[in-house]
Amino acid sequence: MDEGGGRGAMSDFLEAIKFIFTERESPAGGSQVGGLDQIWSLMSEHLQLSGVATAIACAIAVPLGLWLGHVGKGGFLAINASNVGRAVPSLALIAFFVAYIGVGFTNLTLALVLLAIPPILTNTYTGVRQVDRDTVDSARGMGMTGAQVVRRVELPLALPLIFGGVRISAVNVVATATIAPLAGVVTLGDPIINVNTYGDEGRLAAAIVVALLAVATEVVLGAAQSAVTPRGLKLEGGGRLRRLVMSINGREATT
Amino acid sequence: MSPLLGQVQIRERAQDSCVSDNGFCPDWIAHNLDRYVDPFLQHVLLTVVAVTIGFAIAFALAVVAYRRRWLINPVTQVTGVLYTVPSIAAFFLLLPITGRGFLTAIVALVAYVLLIIFRNVLTGLDNVPDETKDAGRGMGLTDRQLLWRVEVPLALPEIMAGLRIAVTTTVGLATLAFFAGAGGLGEQIFADINFKSNVVVAGGLAVALAALLDAAILLAQRAVTPWTRAAAAAR
Repeated sequence: MDEGGGRGAMSDFLEAIKFIFTERESPAGGSQVGGLDQIWSLMSEHLQLSGVATAIACAIAVPLGLWLGHVGKGGFLAINASNVGRAVPSLALIAFFVAYIGVGFTNLTLALVLLAIPPILTNTYTGVRQVDRDTVDSARGMGMTGAQVVRRVELPLALPLIFGGVRISAVNVVATATIAPLAGVVTLGDPIINVNTYGDEGRLAAAIVVALLAVATEVVLGAAQSAVTPRGLKLEGGGRLRRLVMSINGREATT
Repeated sequence: MSPLLGQVQIRERAQDSCVSDNGFCPDWIAHNLDRYVDPFLQHVLLTVVAVTIGFAIAFALAVVAYRRRWLINPVTQVTGVLYTVPSIAAFFLLLPITGRGFLTAIVALVAYVLLIIFRNVLTGLDNVPDETKDAGRGMGLTDRQLLWRVEVPLALPEIMAGLRIAVTTTVGLATLAFFAGAGGLGEQIFADINFKSNVVVAGGLAVALAALLDAAILLAQRAVTPWTRAAAAAR
């Protein structure tokens, strides 16, 4: 906390920012590290891994959650998926995959999919269950089939919560992709884990970029969530209901 | 690193082909459990200290914001950013300021749980029925008495639920605390991530710790909110 320490911290951050923009020789020798090109290639691998994993998780968890919510079964499973998912540390999950299944992009994607499914599943189920039963009854009274009720009534009304789940999962996956180099996938975590190659400033630079990437993911998906929320639900009544529901069931269900 | 470690283990237990084949070895686990004791205790310490400090800060913020509503948005936004920054990045962002070690890990973990607890305490307080508060005021309670004798007790189920989420999440994140030089079970996982027995024991201990702390808080919640069980039984 003294003056010298403060100035030291400041120059550490300046060096890290320089690392992002300028290439230099690796402290381990023999190769060039740093610079926008390298950061960009690490980031694109990071985003590709996160994007594929989140997309697959959505493709599995959203239909499953819609179906469970529609028939009103499996609530215990859908709600406790999040609790179980939270209790398994992401490092332990990835280590388990490395030791038992193997390294590489495909295996790691699978691990991240498992990590991403629970919040989406819980939120989709909660989203469908919180749809007013009277609304569903009147849809049926209008002659809608089960599939139509799901597609035209339950899905649109559940969309804000579904997006909330996707947001939680995506941010979590982006964070966890940082330890992907342990499983042989070179993401933005590489300078963090292989500090000998990149140096201290490279490691701090990667931490800065990862932090910005996670915040950007949160902001972009938050905006998307807001865009898909039917205007009626944004009124106080809807908000109050959702708050109540999320307070009972999916405590992660941020809206 | 791994082959060398493997060599040492094989030399130690020459007749154990299980270890050299990298299988799942109950014998090896039984003989090596002691190497997990210290990391486990570090993990417990990290979790308990971080959640305790985080709870104290977030609870105070929530109580203040409950009366002064304009504070809710700024507090939610600031804690929201802290919650979003991946803890592994937070460890290294803090490194130039707080140095390597326990302090850095604790600061990052505390920053992470603030939003969870703040949101749950506030929701709990908001859900207290107006009639109940009116009845309390009618009995002549001051604002402070109303808070501690009526509102906080009735918000306890929500508050404890937030605490449970905070604890299980922190156990998970503390597996990364070794990046900040604070040890924990993650250090054991990282020490030999290819060795099946090691990964299962260290990872399993982390999951068990999360489940154990979660159950402990659940029991505490039942003890301090007897009326919720009475209500459930009456239904």
